[in-house]
Amino acid sequence: MKDYEMVIGLEVHTELSTKTKIFCSCTTEFGGEPNTHCCPICTGMPGVLPKLNKKVVEYGIAVGLATNCSITPYGKFDRKNYFYPDLPKAYQISQLYLPICRDGFIEIEGKDFKKKIGIHEIHMEEDAGKLIHDPIFDTTRADYNRCGVPLLEIVSEPDFRSADEVIAYLETLKAILQYLGVSDCKMQEGSLRADVNLSVRPKGQTEFGTRTEMKNLNSFRSIARAIAAEKKRQIEVLESGEKVVQETRRWDDDAGYSYAMRSKEDAQDYRYFPEPDLAPVEISEEWKAEIRATLPMLPKERRNKYIEEFGLSDYDAGLITGIKALADYFDDVNAIVNDPKEVANWLLGSFMRVAKEGEDDSFRILLDPDKLAKIIAMIKTNKINRNTGKDVFFAVWKDNLDPEVYVEEHDLAMVGDDDLVKDTVAKILAENPKTVEQYKGGKTKVLGFLVGQCMKELKGKADPGTINAMLRESLK
Amino acid sequence: MIITDEIIEYVSSLARLDLNAEEKIKIKGEIEKIIDYMDILNTLDTADVEPMSHVLPAVNVFREDEVVPSYPRDEILKNAPDSDEGAFRVPKTVE
Ligand SMILES: [Zn+2]
Repeated sequence: MKDYEMVIGLEVHTELSTKTKIFCSCTTEFGGEPNTHCCPICTGMPGVLPKLNKKVVEYGIAVGLATNCSITPYGKFDRKNYFYPDLPKAYQISQLYLPICRDGFIEIEGKDFKKKIGIHEIHMEEDAGKLIHDPIFDTTRADYNRCGVPLLEIVSEPDFRSADEVIAYLETLKAILQYLGVSDCKMQEGSLRADVNLSVRPKGQTEFGTRTEMKNLNSFRSIARAIAAEKKRQIEVLESGEKVVQETRRWDDDAGYSYAMRSKEDAQDYRYFPEPDLAPVEISEEWKAEIRATLPMLPKERRNKYIEEFGLSDYDAGLITGIKALADYFDDVNAIVNDPKEVANWLLGSFMRVAKEGEDDSFRILLDPDKLAKIIAMIKTNKINRNTGKDVFFAVWKDNLDPEVYVEEHDLAMVGDDDLVKDTVAKILAENPKTVEQYKGGKTKVLGFLVGQCMKELKGKADPGTINAMLRESLK
Repeated sequence: MIITDEIIEYVSSLARLDLNAEEKIKIKGEIEKIIDYMDILNTLDTADVEPMSHVLPAVNVFREDEVVPSYPRDEILKNAPDSDEGAFRVPKTVE
């Protein structure tokens, strides 16, 4: 079998977190009873006039600047015509000819790669409604609450060569969008969606193979699985002497395979034409400068700050600043305890693990920053030992309990009584003459056993380091 | 330009129009006339003319991002040919 290479391009749709829809003043709030966030404009009634939400343009400019794009000085909207009941107008207002941003890039890195992924273009458009199949009447119900929610479609160049690169790009892009505050990027709620355009070609070949487009990818995990499955499928098609058909495929994550969505004779012909109901959008240098001035610190900048100011390693700084909520949390805890390395160790250890426990890709922080700060402070002041600190963390995390109260209630504070510790050490030594002999005979490894026995006797409420030192002293 | 039967077939299917034989012949003639008119326009030299997408000189017609209460659902569904459980009911649509 030949050696094949994958070529992937991504179309990422992100729902913007504006208060209102793109062309009408209905709320964009998620959920709600069907068709209660609707008006004649977003349900496509005849004779209505859409009016563009200024915030959508501002967010578009901000994303373009943050992804190194050039901003189109004179842009407009176009109609993309197709019949599908999730769009009641029978067309989607989008941008084909003059999208708001073009020619940008995002830098990504992973274990064995560091590269730039080109952004072909970013355009503004409206989201569609939701269709629910009704098995009893064998009909479909349409809910237009999401119809008209503003979207940015971010189209990459076909620059990816592996699933790892795709995931790294999505994580980086998600962080940028969250830092900018333009989208909450919840894949489960559909506010971040990625379509994967994939083709394979024999290694060394310069021209691209025929690509397919994969839809319905609801998590990073399903994206990685779908890429692996589609690569395998296309290679098998080619190896059997057949040709890959250009088509749209739908990924079924439960079944672990994809199937073709539209047949070829139904090839899409969208008959785009300029949207006559919306005025063109002119973006002046002044407007651009104004938005550039309001851009917050972006992940890359913040990472450098963490390295230079806090002395964190490049890797640790990258992990923490890669998730905005985590970086904000870091700042909050560190403002109290003023020990960046200690805070980083906590966040990248136990914390990261429990925060990612959810089913989806979401990152849940259930404990207030001042509460983690309290745990760290109790360890530093020797009120509890490090192991107890970890136990307390896991115990208070879920219900956001006060760790000081928890330590009090469960009597976990270290015994401040030095005599009690001394007595315990003496007692354990007396109870284990054989072990003591082994130690004195050169088997110093057994010290750990003695430390353990003392800790057990003291119900874990002592500093193992102190006990260790005391034991060594007594066994001299 | 010759408008073939295939073009009529294709365009009417895109527009979801179910045309009978008589209508097809009529529409074919009309489309041919429109295209012929475009051919006349094409004889003009437009090298120095900016393409126009809008007739009005207006740009940047914006709305502030402020929520206005949506319509009562009953009002919205009044125009639906069929509705059920607060939703528009449409023929079975699956991908
Ligand atoms: Zn509306």
